[in-house]
Amino acid sequence: MQDTLILILLILAGAIRAGTPLLFATLGEIFAERAGVLNLGVEGMMIMGALSGFMVTVRTGNAWTGLLAAILVGGSIGLIHAVLSITLRANQVVSGLALTIFGTGLSSFLGQKLVGVPAPDTFRVVRIPVLGELPVLGPLVFQHDILVYLSFLLAPLAWFLMFKTRPGLHLRAVGESPATADAMGVSVVGLRYLYVFLGGMLAGLGGAYISLALTPGWADGMTAGRGWIAIALVIFATWSPARAMVGAYLFGGVEAAQFRIQGTGTQVPSFFLNMTPYIFTIIVLVIATQETVRRRIGAPAALGLPYEREERG
Amino acid sequence: MTSAVPSVQMLVITKRFPGVLANDHIDFSANAGEIHALLGENGAGKSTLMNILSGLYHPDQGDIHIHGRRVALRSPRDAISLGIGMVHQHFMLVEPHTVAENVTLGLDEPRFLLNSGQIEQKIAALSEKYGLKVDPEARIWQLSVGEQQRVEIIKMLYRNADILILDEPTAVLTPQEARELFATLKRMAAEGHTIIFITHKLDEVMAISDRITVLRKGRVVSTVFTSATSKQELARMMVGREVFFQVTKSPWRGGQAVLRVEAARALSDKGLPALKGVSFAVHEGEILGVAGVAGNGQRELAEAITGLRPLTSGEVYLCDRRITNQNPRQILDQKVSHIPEDRLGMGLIPNLSLSDNLILKGYFAPPLGRGPFLDQKAIDAHCRELISRFEVMAPGPDSSVKLLSGGNLQRLLLAREISCCPRLMVAVHPTRGLDVGATEAVHKMLLEQREEGAAILLISEDLDELLSLSDRVAVLYEGEIMGIVPAQGAQVEEIGLMMAGTKRARPAEVAA
Repeated sequence: MQDTLILILLILAGAIRAGTPLLFATLGEIFAERAGVLNLGVEGMMIMGALSGFMVTVRTGNAWTGLLAAILVGGSIGLIHAVLSITLRANQVVSGLALTIFGTGLSSFLGQKLVGVPAPDTFRVVRIPVLGELPVLGPLVFQHDILVYLSFLLAPLAWFLMFKTRPGLHLRAVGESPATADAMGVSVVGLRYLYVFLGGMLAGLGGAYISLALTPGWADGMTAGRGWIAIALVIFATWSPARAMVGAYLFGGVEAAQFRIQGTGTQVPSFFLNMTPYIFTIIVLVIATQETVRRRIGAPAALGLPYEREERG
Repeated sequence: MTSAVPSVQMLVITKRFPGVLANDHIDFSANAGEIHALLGENGAGKSTLMNILSGLYHPDQGDIHIHGRRVALRSPRDAISLGIGMVHQHFMLVEPHTVAENVTLGLDEPRFLLNSGQIEQKIAALSEKYGLKVDPEARIWQLSVGEQQRVEIIKMLYRNADILILDEPTAVLTPQEARELFATLKRMAAEGHTIIFITHKLDEVMAISDRITVLRKGRVVSTVFTSATSKQELARMMVGREVFFQVTKSPWRGGQAVLRVEAARALSDKGLPALKGVSFAVHEGEILGVAGVAGNGQRELAEAITGLRPLTSGEVYLCDRRITNQNPRQILDQKVSHIPEDRLGMGLIPNLSLSDNLILKGYFAPPLGRGPFLDQKAIDAHCRELISRFEVMAPGPDSSVKLLSGGNLQRLLLAREISCCPRLMVAVHPTRGLDVGATEAVHKMLLEQREEGAAILLISEDLDELLSLSDRVAVLYEGEIMGIVPAQGAQVEEIGLMMAGTKRARPAEVAA
């Protein structure tokens, strides 16, 4: 009995850890999509973040510098997407896909010599005094690394920014009706650049979390499709940072559970267990999409559409 | 009323779009306290000129002076800070957001936190003062079009705009709503606001403006005082030739019912009820006009009759044969013509040639087609004949349709739809966006078909058009018919009330 409880607690704590990179990337994608830009390059930005974070940490011996590098690299790839899709009005789907393929390939190439290198520094668990000693809640919430705490703050902050402040109003207006925002003197291009950049930075941060905290080290393709799951999570979250938290931990839970079950020596083939997060993605998307249709809370109306002011007609 | 310095002065404004000279050396000025109408046909350059004044477009050439000071309008933000506000024809509102959020969008105040209480108070004060009733907490998609327009005006007043531009503001309003709007505008002008009013409707211009500037093909024809001009003169300036307002048509001779719709119900694209039990009949040689504010089920009605939208209940009969929920081909084959609302989207295929478009309804059967093959010779002859008979101005039958002007597109569409000798024509906004000449031509063609004995269901938002062409007018409101009245001697007042949802007291008489 005691064992089962501990196992469940372990899975739940693992869910939060495994959900954290998803949460960062999902929040980033929510910002970009709220501004009207679909960014399918999240996977590429994450893996480049994971690689650059680890690479710089190996060089400097300090995980914080690695983290900073990952954020900058993610943001830079975001800027490439911004230039292509906002300034040049390229098809956002194609641009995003290209960046994912690019990021995956480049990281694989640049990371060859890093495979198997031990991490000189990682983000370690920081047990919060007093709160960390609480039964159940302590190990679940207050015995994590600093980036998890950061994500705890980031999600509510993003929600508050989006729905309770003037910059948030502008962000939502740009994604729903860029022509209106433009006519009211809000800079559509400027805000879209800003939020695609921010989205890229958060994807890079999510990637670095994987290589510096979740499973320290570098392995080819180590993000394993989490960028895609993040994009699906945006829909599940109906573009709301609060629900993104729920979604990210749900998926983190699936991942953690699958990991633990494999550890128990079950008869279920590991291939099947590895599949579960992706099967779960499909199921969740089907359910979430039905719900958004029913409650009429669809995507931002201008999602994926380039904006041009002097369009006649 | 006129002060020494005009509040708005635009000098030799020129704006070129690819292939079009939209504004050609335009001089325009308006004074504080006046309602200045900007009159012209579609494509005359009115909206372009005002988009320049509101900072949305940049002129290729020309100067703008506001209250006597030369200004550079680089963006809408610049225009707003100078007190220039524009109510666009297609409203600039964020639909999922609340009224208050829309009103404050783009402002520096509130700085960071959205303090809705304070904003809502200020909105309430403005709506009180100008008679613009609206709930600040409502979301835009929940509001009627008239209410949305009020939000647009409040938005400008909230920014202390003293120069207010309205682009075709009455197009979406019932006659009563339009009158309320005029009262508001007059009150604002009396307070010293400058009101610039874009329109192509002469009656409105005569009713509310102080001065009028007429544009034609990107140039200023003249600026006149309303008190010193007449409708006839304005029309001549606008079109460039004499215009006849009266359409002559013979009285209805009577005949069998061609189309009978009984208790038809259908859903909108969003899955909400769009038609709620609509019943009427259209007879041989009769035009039944359908009036109503946009979005009250007109499109769904036309699509339900032509087989493009399933009826959830009710029946449609063509000459006593049931055609309910047959597929479009089956229905069209029974000599039904459809002039859809969206000419280039649904009526014609822009990238295909004139002749390809002309044979869309008959390519699969002799004489145009044989089995899987097309008879190019027959097609060529057929198309040349139609193009000359309907006076479509085009380089040739092989040129691409997207290059045609609006009027020629409609001629082409009518050529195809009339050439099948229709028993029933369903025409949706057949003259929307056309200039006066093309409108006259379309009216003539519709009346000719009426003479030939076709039954015509004419859906339009232009009440004048409906009253002059139709034999009877039905009014749709939220998917229901509020009443059917004979067009001759119909009261615009009464139709306006029905458009706003008042059912006709007397049950509608439907000729047998």
